Amino acid sequence: MGVGSFFTSKLDEAIGWGRKYSIFQYPFVTACCGMEYMATACSHYDVDRFGAGLPRFSPRQADVLFVVGTISHKMAPVLKRIYDQMCEPKWVVAFGVCTCTGGFYNNYATVQGIDTIIPVDVYIPGCPPRPESVIDGLMKLQEKIATGAQRY
Amino acid sequence: MDGQAILARLETRLGARLLGTHDHRGDHTAIVAREGIIEALTFSRDESDLRFNVLMDLTAVDYLKLPGREDGPRFDVVYHLYSIPHNHRIRLKVPVEQDDPVVPTATSLWPIANWLEREVWDMFGIRFAGHPDLRRLLMYEEFEGHPLRKDYPIERRQPLIGPKV
Amino acid sequence: MTSEASRQARAGDSPGARAMVNGEASRTTRELFLGEGAGGGTQNLTVNIGPAHPAMHGIIRILAELDGEIIVKSDVEIGYLHRAFEKDCEVGPWNNAMPYTDRLNYVSPLINNFGYCSAVEKLLGIDITERCKYIRVIMSEISRICDHLTCVGASAMELGAFTVFLYMIKAREFLWELVEDVTGARLTISYGRVGGVKADLPAGFDDKVKKAFVEVRQVLEEVHVLITGNRIFMDRMVGVGALSAEETVAWAITGPLLRAAGVPFDVRKAQPYWAYDRVQFEIPLGKNGDNFDRYLVRMAEMEQSMRIVEQALGALPGGSIQVDWEGKAIDPAAYVDRGKQGKTEGLLFVPIALSPNLQGQGRDAQKRVNAPDKRVVLPPKENTYGSIEGLMNHFMLVMEGFGIRPPMGEAYFAVEGANGELGFYVVSDGSDRPYRVRCRPPCLPPVAAMSRMIEGQMVADIIPTFGSVNMIGGELDR
Repeated sequence: MGVGSFFTSKLDEAIGWGRKYSIFQYPFVTACCGMEYMATACSHYDVDRFGAGLPRFSPRQADVLFVVGTISHKMAPVLKRIYDQMCEPKWVVAFGVCTCTGGFYNNYATVQGIDTIIPVDVYIPGCPPRPESVIDGLMKLQEKIATGAQRY
Repeated sequence: MDGQAILARLETRLGARLLGTHDHRGDHTAIVAREGIIEALTFSRDESDLRFNVLMDLTAVDYLKLPGREDGPRFDVVYHLYSIPHNHRIRLKVPVEQDDPVVPTATSLWPIANWLEREVWDMFGIRFAGHPDLRRLLMYEEFEGHPLRKDYPIERRQPLIGPKV
Repeated sequence: MTSEASRQARAGDSPGARAMVNGEASRTTRELFLGEGAGGGTQNLTVNIGPAHPAMHGIIRILAELDGEIIVKSDVEIGYLHRAFEKDCEVGPWNNAMPYTDRLNYVSPLINNFGYCSAVEKLLGIDITERCKYIRVIMSEISRICDHLTCVGASAMELGAFTVFLYMIKAREFLWELVEDVTGARLTISYGRVGGVKADLPAGFDDKVKKAFVEVRQVLEEVHVLITGNRIFMDRMVGVGALSAEETVAWAITGPLLRAAGVPFDVRKAQPYWAYDRVQFEIPLGKNGDNFDRYLVRMAEMEQSMRIVEQALGALPGGSIQVDWEGKAIDPAAYVDRGKQGKTEGLLFVPIALSPNLQGQGRDAQKRVNAPDKRVVLPPKENTYGSIEGLMNHFMLVMEGFGIRPPMGEAYFAVEGANGELGFYVVSDGSDRPYRVRCRPPCLPPVAAMSRMIEGQMVADIIPTFGSVNMIGGELDR
């Protein structure tokens, strides 16, 4: 931009734009989906292109909770607690069909979808989802973040 | 050592406490009374030509709904043994009644029996007399019932948090 | 230093332990925090690690009682990924358990598939085709390499060697492309079938394997340069988490952990199954049974697995697949229409142009890879749509109450999983669904022995030990 040129923006749009490209995710990896999460995070698919390359393994430093893999009833209180420990603004991604609905584990041990415990922003179905659909889900989340559709 | 020979050795040792044998599909199996199981395990482990030094697996089967076994003992506790020096296998089974689901523990013979027995207690509700720490292994303490029993419905959930479904 | 020695060392009055508050030199730091009369001795601290811990790639909880940095006692709790595998299997027909077995050890799902299939085949008393045996060997070994790559990569990452993780996942990606070519999926593949496999190998598979193995070998070489002999890596691995051979056997630990302790037990050698007696390979052995030996054994095993795959591909009966259609192939939809209209005369001999995702599932391919047993194996789709016998055969296998019905009895079949002996104990009551399926999880014994491995060691030693145990939740908790 040359001297004298300017552009206007709303403050929340600017913040949303900034947030969109600095996603610090907390991968709550429990099961098979973790393997695809690893694949997505590594060189071949490279989520770093979307500004989500640095997983923070502490809920206090993260703003997106990736729930990756089946959540059993034994694990549910742990997940809830980790969600509560995260600072606002926070988003939740349900990664894999087990977290969306319980998947084909319709039995005594498995939670039938994590949205019975915590609110979810983006659902990525698949058992496990391919890296391409993970990236698609991530981009959907970015849109959601940029438009400021987050809860407070 | 040939499977039949192993069963013959067990038979001479256990006598009447050996309730039966079979070798369905080549898996040599000895059905042992509860009173004889610790002796059978110790004997299989320590005898120089048997030397079953690995307790490969310890599990149970609930025969509640098996046709033809309605009147027999409800459970079988199943031991799979393997011998690394002799490269042979054997299966031992102990019938357990529903009213008195107790089997002596094998923790003094193999440390791994500790967890495997805890799992059987968790899943089937069979107790192991003399076990040092018989807690649930896979389910949580608040869980009621034993899920792998045939009369436990697969969809009976007992959530700790969230909606009670 | 043993825990006893360290306790004695710290129980003594060291100058640092005394605080000068208002000139009262007699108060210890401990008394400052805990009040008068708290004494000068030390007290053990109980620390909870997990189930969601940054440095552990699995969900397991360790309650450790610490004396300073030394673990005095620990209790390992599992079950956070219990998904009722054994109960789920009892619900559906025999082949329906296949997707559940995928998710046991989700890093090497092919071995689980084939292990379960072989157990059911043993129960049925049927034999599979020679080509299928080789395919099972090839795919199992590729799976084993994936598993070891993930295990070594993840545990190196937890020790700070992130590069190794990136490299190994890159190599795994090349292998997953092979798996995807054969099975249609990357991870949860459901490729096994009772009596055979889902589809034959695709055309040009051996060339792709060769290319992928070049990449994998290069990665292994790079990793050797990066961490084998690296001072930081060695310091954290050598002598840590060691178990003697006797103890390893007593804990029923099999697989790489047992071989790292110097015991040459491998189910593939001891009781060869499929085609393992017709390929040459060695069992890599360690000496000390510590984490470093486990790492070396895994690295060497990957090389051996590649050797097995190369030999098996060379000896594959029927050669590499060149699908050679005679006559003009017709569209599957047209084929089905002809069948529906009753124009079935000669239809069985008309080849179908299969879509790429059905490659390897034509009649000829099915004949090569599946046992010729109508009680067990679904007929090829040409027969199902082209003849009434084929259709009835298909229905008999998928209808409720029919299907695969092994005679009443029980069978145990063990294969060498990536973590050790993977056994399936199946019980049939003569009906179309399993009465009981039990999986002997190869990573349960090492996790059970983990408290034994980490006791007397430092807190930081939990991480490499946990990494070398290669705990896989799906298999551990089922």
